[in-house]
Amino acid sequence: MKRILITLCLLFLTSSSFAKEAVPMAEDPALEAQLMRISKELRCLVCQNETLADSHADLAKDLRREVRDLIRQGKSDEQIKVYLTQRYGDFVLYKPRVNAKTWLLWFGPFVMLLGAAVGVGIFIRQRRRALREEPLTAEETARIKALLPKADT
Amino acid sequence: MKARFLIPFVVFLILVAFFFFGLGLNPHEIPSPLINKPAPAFKLQQLHDPSKSFSVEDMRGKVWVFNVWASWCVSCRDEHPLWVEFARSNSLPIVGLNYKDQRPDALNWLQQLGNPYVLSVMDTEGRIGIDYGVYGVPETYVIDKQGIIRMKHIGPITEQVLQEKILPKVRELSL
Repeated sequence: MKRILITLCLLFLTSSSFAKEAVPMAEDPALEAQLMRISKELRCLVCQNETLADSHADLAKDLRREVRDLIRQGKSDEQIKVYLTQRYGDFVLYKPRVNAKTWLLWFGPFVMLLGAAVGVGIFIRQRRRALREEPLTAEETARIKALLPKADT
Repeated sequence: MKARFLIPFVVFLILVAFFFFGLGLNPHEIPSPLINKPAPAFKLQQLHDPSKSFSVEDMRGKVWVFNVWASWCVSCRDEHPLWVEFARSNSLPIVGLNYKDQRPDALNWLQQLGNPYVLSVMDTEGRIGIDYGVYGVPETYVIDKQGIIRMKHIGPITEQVLQEKILPKVRELSL
């Protein structure tokens, strides 16, 4: 009996040593939630079309660790974004800030839409003018009568 | 009426111009916000002598090159001979930031390929790298006498980069 117990204990010991790989993600769910929220808006600089939340690049892991530390220090989302832009520039933000440099990026599409709307408006007005119904003149009516003798008009 | 047919052509030309300049840009060349800002302070262990440390302050009054490298980094191998050659022919101090590396690997690497650095410091955790906005090793910074970052080059340097970008900057700063 004793022997079986010892064997069982040893068995459990080995299995727990295998469990080392699991990173304690949910150590602090609130912190992880904030981390996920922030890192979804940050770009991984190595694989540029991935967010910091999705990326498996080493740098992304380091940056997530850094962001986690900043959250622990009680920094707000905004302060963390400032911290990262001071080091990596605006490029790190997926949602670029509105400033003189990004003005075209933010408002360009609306300017284009407005331009297109004006263009379409002008086009429609011109067509309408071209298609306006004009009553026949007396001379034209006479000609039609001559050409179509059996017509009722 | 004739002008109207030119509109698609003009739009096409504008598009071509956008593509020409836009696609010519390298998306990996992210302008560093650190240019013309003081080099972030740090105090790190030296690679060759762990009992000694090094900080940016130690280089005050000198123009120097700060080169981020690692033994695991393949393109560092590409640029390394250039630095070795550069160190031989110039008096400009090159300080290495050994980024996320292991001491034995790093020492072995320098022994095999030559050591162009006056000293290297160890950033095992990559934290100083983050302060410097490092995202792809190798990266190279030129720092002036007041400790201000004046230039950054991302990726391996080439003979051309060295001659046309780094050396002129260094000469200008050394005056």
